Amino acid sequence: MTLLDGEPTKEYQEGSGVARLGYSFNFLMAKGECTTQWSKTEDTCSTLRNRKAFLSSEKQQQDSQPKDGDNSQTAGHSSKDGTQSSNGTSAQWTDRGTDPPRKETHSSVLLLLVTVLSFSTRLYKIMEPAHVCWDETHFGKMGSYYINRTFFFDVHPPLGKMLIGLAGYVTGYDGTFPFIKPGDKYEHHNYWGMRGFCAVLGSFLPVFAYLIVLELSQSRTAALITATLLIFDTGCITISQYILLDPILMFFIMGAVLSMVKFKQQTHRPFSAPWWLWLVLTGVNLAGALGVKFVGLFVILLVGLNTAWDLWGLLGNLHLSLVDIAKHFLARVVGLILLPLFLYVTIFAIHFVVLNKSGPGDGFFSSAFQSRLIGNNLHNASMPEYLAYGSTITVKNLRIAGGYLHSHWHLYPEGVGAKQQQVTAYLHKDYNNLWLVHRQDENNTQSGAPDLVRHGDIIRLEHKETTRNLHSHLHEAPLTKKHFQVTGYGINATGDANDLWQVEVCGGRKGDLVKVLRSKVRFLHRATGCVLYSSGKTLPKWGWEQVEVTCSPYLKETPSSQWSIEDHINPKLPNISLSLLKPHFLEILLESHIVMIRGNSGLKPKDNEMNSKPWHWPINYQGLRFSGVNETEYRVYLLGNPVVWWINLASLGLYVIMVAVASVALQRGVPLDQRRREHCCVLRRGGGLLLLGWLLHYAPFYTMGRILYYHHYFPAMLFSSMLTGITLHILLQSTDFLLRPPYSYWLQKVGQMLLLFSVLYSFYLFHPLSYGMRGPLAHEPASAMAGLRWMDSWEF
Amino acid sequence: AMLGLQLPLLVTVQINMELLLLTLLAFWTRLSQLSYPNAVVFDEVYYGQFVSLYMKRVFFIDESGPPLGHMILAVGGYVCVCLCVCVCVCVCVCVCVCSCAEYPSGVCVWSLRLLPAVCGSLCVPLVYLLILELRLTHCTALGAALLLLLENSLIVQSRFMLLESVLIFFQLLSFLCYLRFHNAPHSSWSRYCWLLLSGASCAAAVGVKYMGVFSYLLLLGVACLHTWQLIGDRAVSHVSPASPHASSVTSSHVCVQCVCRCVCLLLVPLLLYVFWFYVHLSVLYRSGPHDQLMSSAFQASLEGGLSRITQGQPLEVAFGSQVTLRSSASQPVPCWLHSHKANYPIRYDNGRGSSHQQQVTCYPFKDVNNWWIIKDPGRQELVVSTPPHPVRHGDIIQLVHGMTSRFLNSHDVAAPMSPHAQEVSGYIDFNVSMPAQNLWRVEIFNREAESEVWKTILSEVRLVHVNTSAVLKLSGVSLPDWGFRQLEVVADKLNKGHQSSLSWTVEEHRYGTSQEQKEREAELHSPTHIDVDSNISFWAKFLELQWKMLTVKQEESEHKYSSSPLEWITMETNIAYWLHPSTNAQIHLIGNPVSWGVANLSLSAYQLLALVYLLRRRRGIKDLPDDAWSQFVAVGWLCVGGWAVNFLPFFLMEKTLFLYHYLPALCFLFLLTPALLEHTHSHLCLAHRRALCVCALAAAASVFLSYRTFCPLTYGRPELSANQLQDLRWRESWDILYRRR
Repeated sequence: MTLLDGEPTKEYQEGSGVARLGYSFNFLMAKGECTTQWSKTEDTCSTLRNRKAFLSSEKQQQDSQPKDGDNSQTAGHSSKDGTQSSNGTSAQWTDRGTDPPRKETHSSVLLLLVTVLSFSTRLYKIMEPAHVCWDETHFGKMGSYYINRTFFFDVHPPLGKMLIGLAGYVTGYDGTFPFIKPGDKYEHHNYWGMRGFCAVLGSFLPVFAYLIVLELSQSRTAALITATLLIFDTGCITISQYILLDPILMFFIMGAVLSMVKFKQQTHRPFSAPWWLWLVLTGVNLAGALGVKFVGLFVILLVGLNTAWDLWGLLGNLHLSLVDIAKHFLARVVGLILLPLFLYVTIFAIHFVVLNKSGPGDGFFSSAFQSRLIGNNLHNASMPEYLAYGSTITVKNLRIAGGYLHSHWHLYPEGVGAKQQQVTAYLHKDYNNLWLVHRQDENNTQSGAPDLVRHGDIIRLEHKETTRNLHSHLHEAPLTKKHFQVTGYGINATGDANDLWQVEVCGGRKGDLVKVLRSKVRFLHRATGCVLYSSGKTLPKWGWEQVEVTCSPYLKETPSSQWSIEDHINPKLPNISLSLLKPHFLEILLESHIVMIRGNSGLKPKDNEMNSKPWHWPINYQGLRFSGVNETEYRVYLLGNPVVWWINLASLGLYVIMVAVASVALQRGVPLDQRRREHCCVLRRGGGLLLLGWLLHYAPFYTMGRILYYHHYFPAMLFSSMLTGITLHILLQSTDFLLRPPYSYWLQKVGQMLLLFSVLYSFYLFHPLSYGMRGPLAHEPASAMAGLRWMDSWEF
Repeated sequence: AMLGLQLPLLVTVQINMELLLLTLLAFWTRLSQLSYPNAVVFDEVYYGQFVSLYMKRVFFIDESGPPLGHMILAVGGYVCVCLCVCVCVCVCVCVCVCSCAEYPSGVCVWSLRLLPAVCGSLCVPLVYLLILELRLTHCTALGAALLLLLENSLIVQSRFMLLESVLIFFQLLSFLCYLRFHNAPHSSWSRYCWLLLSGASCAAAVGVKYMGVFSYLLLLGVACLHTWQLIGDRAVSHVSPASPHASSVTSSHVCVQCVCRCVCLLLVPLLLYVFWFYVHLSVLYRSGPHDQLMSSAFQASLEGGLSRITQGQPLEVAFGSQVTLRSSASQPVPCWLHSHKANYPIRYDNGRGSSHQQQVTCYPFKDVNNWWIIKDPGRQELVVSTPPHPVRHGDIIQLVHGMTSRFLNSHDVAAPMSPHAQEVSGYIDFNVSMPAQNLWRVEIFNREAESEVWKTILSEVRLVHVNTSAVLKLSGVSLPDWGFRQLEVVADKLNKGHQSSLSWTVEEHRYGTSQEQKEREAELHSPTHIDVDSNISFWAKFLELQWKMLTVKQEESEHKYSSSPLEWITMETNIAYWLHPSTNAQIHLIGNPVSWGVANLSLSAYQLLALVYLLRRRRGIKDLPDDAWSQFVAVGWLCVGGWAVNFLPFFLMEKTLFLYHYLPALCFLFLLTPALLEHTHSHLCLAHRRALCVCALAAAASVFLSYRTFCPLTYGRPELSANQLQDLRWRESWDILYRRR
C-alpha cells in the first residue's frame, strides 16, 4: 500500500477501513485499465484519481455510476469516465460536508496558517518608510488625480489607479499630497490606506498559489512548498508593500488562474451554480487584470488557450450533441469574452466620468474630447468661427493622437535633408504650436475686418515664435523616405515659392469658408503638389522624440493628411461660442487606447538609465532601488530571496527533464504503477499549465522594444514558484527509485525539512531588504548585510 | 499508369524527359543573357564589396548573415579571375572584380552572377521532385514547377548577384532530402545518407542567411514528431537487436535510430555552421576596414593593421609603461582614452559649472595625445625600473598624460553631458582650489582567463577611482564644439556587472626610458617596435565574431523601396532594380500577379479546408481515407508551414524589409497550389472533374500570359514606350520609372 500512497503516515493514521477499500478498489480499476489501455498512448492521465475520492465510500461510487449510464452529459470517453466520476464524488462529498473527516479541518488549518503568515509578512512595517518610494510617485499621484477628478494620461489602463484612489478616499486621504519625487516625506498625509490596500491584495497571492497547486496536484505538500516559497520571498513582500500596480495586477492574474482551475474541476456537472460561479469569476478577474496593465493580456491568452483546449476535448466527446457543445461554447463566449469586455469598457466609462477636469493629459486627445473637460480652453470655447488671414492658430492633425503642428529653434541635423529648422508634430500644448496665417504675397492685413480664408486659397503659414515659414522641398523626409521633408524656412516671414500652401476643405467646393474646429483641412504644397502629412513615427533624439511631419506625394485622403484648426485668435473678429459635437464614448475609448499603446512603445530606454534585460530576471541578477542610496538613508531594495529564486530556476530545468523522462516512459509503454502514472499526469497536466503560464508571462518580454524593469518578472515568478512546488513534491515522492520504502520515506522527509529550513534561514538573512535597513552598505564589514552580497551586481 | 505497367522502361524515360525539359527551361529563363545589364544592379553593390574583399583576403564583418553566402558569391569572383587568366585578357580585367559601378567586362559579370542563377534554376526540378516525394502525381509536380518557372520575381532575383535564390535552393533541398529519408524503406541504411544531406543543406541554408534558421526549426519539429512516433512504436525494440517477431518492421532499434537522427540533424549542421566560419576566418587573414569593431586581440591576429603596430611590444604592463588605452566598447565608435590642451568650459550652456580642468575624452583616431604613462604613486620616476615591476590586479596607479603631464583625475563634479556621473579631468598641481584625486585601482576583469598581471591587449581592465570608487567609463555621448565632438569619458558609480563601456585594454605599449619631458615627447612620437606574438584560438575568434554579428546593430532607416510584411502578400510595392542610363529599359522586382493571386487563394482555401476537416474528424466523421488525410497533413506542414516560418518572423523584426524577403515563403505557397488542386480533383470535386481540369489549364495559361507581359520588366529587354509602361502599372502603388525624352 505504501507504494500507492503519496503521504503514507497520514493516510494510514487517518484513513479508515473505507479508505483502504477505496484504495484497493481503485487499484484494481487501474490495473484493469492498464491492461485494456496499455496500447493507448493518447490519454494516459485517465487513471488519475482525485485523492479525496479515495475517502468516499463505495456507495457513493455506485451513486455516480448509474448517472454515467443515463446522463450523457457526464459520460465521456470510456477513458474519461473514471476521472469524471471520481471527481464527481469528491465534489459531492465536499459540497455535502456531511461527516467531515479530520482531514478537512486539517487542510483548513493549513490554509489559515498560510493566510496568517502571508498577511503578517506583508503588513509588517507597512508604514515604513514614511516617504515616497520609487513608482509611488506616479501611482500615488494618479490616485490623487482620481480624488481630485483631474484628467491625466497614463500608459496603463485605469483600474489599478482607480482602486488606489478609492482605497485612499475611503481611508481618508484627501488627495492633496503632490507626490513630486521619490523621497518626499508624507508627513501628516494619510497614506496607510493606499499601501495597506496593495499589501492586502498582495497577501492573497500565496493563498491563491496554495489553492491552485492544491487543485492541480491534489497534494498538500506541493501546495505548502509553493506557499512557503512565496510567503518568504523578499521580492514578493517588497513589491506588495507599496503603492504600485503590481500587487493589484498579480491579484487579478492569480485570481483568474484560480477560478479557471476551479472551473475545470466542475467539468463533470456543467451549467450548475458553481460552474457558472467560477466561469464568471474567471471572466471578472480577466477584466481586472487587463484593466490594471496590458500585461493582463498574457493571462487572457493562458485562459484562452486552456479554454480552447477544453472545447476541443468537448468536441471530441461523441456523447455530447452539437447543441450541447454550442451551449458550452456560448457559455464561454459570454463568460470569458463578453463579460470581461463589458467590465473593461465599464472601467473606462467610470474613468471618463470621474475625471472631468482639465489636467496634464489634455493635449494627447482630440479637440472634441478636450471640450468635455472643465477648465480646458475648448470647454465652452469661444472664438472666431471662420479662419481668417492674420489669425494666430494651432493646427492639429486628425489622426488619432496626432499632435499639433510644431516648430522650434532647432535645425535638422547634418545628413537629414536640408539643414533647416525642424517642423514636427507635438502632443503637448505649447506656444511653439502657434502659427500665423498670411496671404501668399503680403505679411499682414492692416485695415478693416480681415478677409476670410476660402477653399482653394493659397496661404503662407508663419511660425509665430521663430518667424520661419512652413516650407517643403524635394528632399527625403527624415524617416519616411518616400515623402518630402518639411522645414521652417526664411526669416521674418520672407521666404520663397516653396512656402506656399493651398488650403483645401475636405468635401468642400471652391469658395467655401474654413470652419474652425469643424472643418477637415488639407494643405497642398504648391510647388511639389504634395500634401502636409503626419506619419506618426517618432523622431530620434535630435528631434526631441516628437512626431515626424512630412509632405506626402500620395494624395489619398487619410486622417494623417487632414488637419483641423483648434485655437483661433483674431482680435478683429467677434468671438462666437462654439459647442463641439460631443464625441461618442467608443471613439474616446479607441482614442485613449491608441494613445496608450503609442505611449507604451514610446517608453524607449534612455541612455543613462540602467536597463534591465529579460535574461537578468530569473537568475535574480539585479534588483531595483525602492528607497535610499546612501549609508544614512533608510534603504529598501527590491530583490527576490536568492535561495527561492535559484530553487525556482533549478526546478524549471528539473521539471523539463522529469517531464521528458515521464513522457518517453509513457510513450514507450514502460509499465508503471498507479502512483507513478498519477505523478506523470500531474507533471504533464498541472505542470504543463504552469509552465505555459510562466512562458506566456516571460517570453514576450524578449520581443518588447520598450524599457523593461526587474519587477516585470514577478507574475512569471509566481507561476515558476507554483511549478517548483509540483516539481519538488514529485521529485521527493520519487525517492523510492533510490532507496527501499522506509529509508526512502525518511529521505523524503529530510528533503522537505531541508527545503523549509533553507527558505526560512535565507529569509532571515535577507529580510532587511524588504523591511528596510540603515547603516553601512553591504561591502563594509559593519553592515547588517555584510557577506550577503553574493552577486556583484546587487546594490545594497 | 497503365502504360507504366506494360513498359516500365518507357515510363522512366518519360519522367526524365519532363524533368529534363523543366531543368532546361529553367536554365534558359535564368541564364540567358546573364551579363545584361552590364552594370551593378541594386544590392549587388553591397555583395560586390564583400566579394572584392574576399578576393583581396581582407577581413570584414557582415551582420546581415553568416559567411557561406558571401563565399558562394566569391567563388564566382575566383571563376572570373580564372577565366581572365585563361582567356589572357589584359591584367586590368582581373582587377575589375567589382571595383567600380560599371563592370568593364562581360566575363566577370557573367561568372559572378552564375552561381545564384544556377541555384535559382535548380529550384525548379527540386520542386518537381519534392511534389513527387509527397506522393502526388506528375501533373501536380509539373504544375508546381511551372509556377516556379514562370515567376518573374524569382527570375529577377536569381539573375543577379543576390542570395535569395541560394537560400531557397538549400531550403528546398533540405526538405526534399528529409522526405526521401522518411519515405525510404526502414530497413535500408542508405537512407541515412539522405538524412545527412538534409542536415548539411540545412546548415548551408542557415549559413547563407539567418532566415534559414526558421525552416531548419520546422524541419527539426517534423523530425521530432516522426521520432516521437518511432518511440511510440512498440514493435521497435529498445536497445537489443530486433526480436524475430518484429523483423518485418525494422532491423534497427530505437536508441540507435534516435542517435542517428540527432547526429544528422543537430550535430552535423552545427559543425558545418562552424566550418563556414572556419573557412571564412582562414581565408580572410588580412586586416581591413572592419577591424575596429573587433577586440584588440582579434585585430592583432590579422595580418597588417594592429598586428603591425603591436608586434614586438612588451607583454606585461609595468610601472613606467607608456600605453594607449582602448575602450572595449565599440559603440558608438572604437576609441582611445585621450586628453589635450583644452579645459572644460567654466560654465556649460545650461548654466552648470565645471572644474575648468583639462579635458579627458575618448578619441576615435590614433593620435600622440592618446599616450598615457603608468606611474607608481610611491615613486617620482616615469621610467621603467630594471627589472620591470609589472602591474597586478588590485594595484594602485596614477596615469600621467604623456604630452601634457596632467594626471588622470576625477572628483565630485558633474560630468558635462551625463550629470549623474563624475567628471574626469587632467589635473596638475597649479590648480590648488581642488585637491588631487588621482589614484586609480587596477581591476583586471578577465583575470581568471588570463592572469593577475596586466597584459597588453589581452587583459580587460577596469580603473576604479580610489576616493569615490567610481569606475572610468565611456559614456558614448559626443561632446559639443568645445570638446571637438570627441566622446565623453566619465567616472560612474553605477558599475553593474560586466559592461564593455567600463573596461579598457592596452593596445600600444612600450617601456618608458626617458625621464625628461622633451625626450619623452620624442619617444611618444616614435612608433613602437619590439617582438611578442599574441595568437588567439579559432574558437575565441569564432565566438567573438559570431557575438559581434548578432549584436552589432546597423542604423536602420527606411529605404525608398522598403515595405512592410503585410504589403508583400498583395504585392503592394515593387522594387526598381535598374534603369538604363539613357532609355526606358528597366528591371523591376515584380512578381507574376496571377501566380501570387492563385497562391494566396490556395493558402486561404487550404486553411478553410483544414479547419472543416479537423472539426469533422473530431466529431468522428472521416471524410478522407487515412492515407489521403496523412498526405493532406504532409502537404500542410511542408507548404503552409514553410510559408509561415519564412514569413511570420518578419513581423517581429525591426530591420528594413524588402519585397524579396518574401520570396522563400512564396516558393512554398507555389507548392501548395497544385497539391490542393489535386486534392480537390481526387476527393472533393468528383462530379466536375472535367471543369476543374479546364480551370486549371486556364489558370496555367493566364500565368504564362502574365509572365510574358511582365518579361520586359524582368529581363530589361525589350525597351518599352512610356505608354506601354503605363499599361504595365497594374497597381497604383507600383513605382515604374519613366524617362522623359
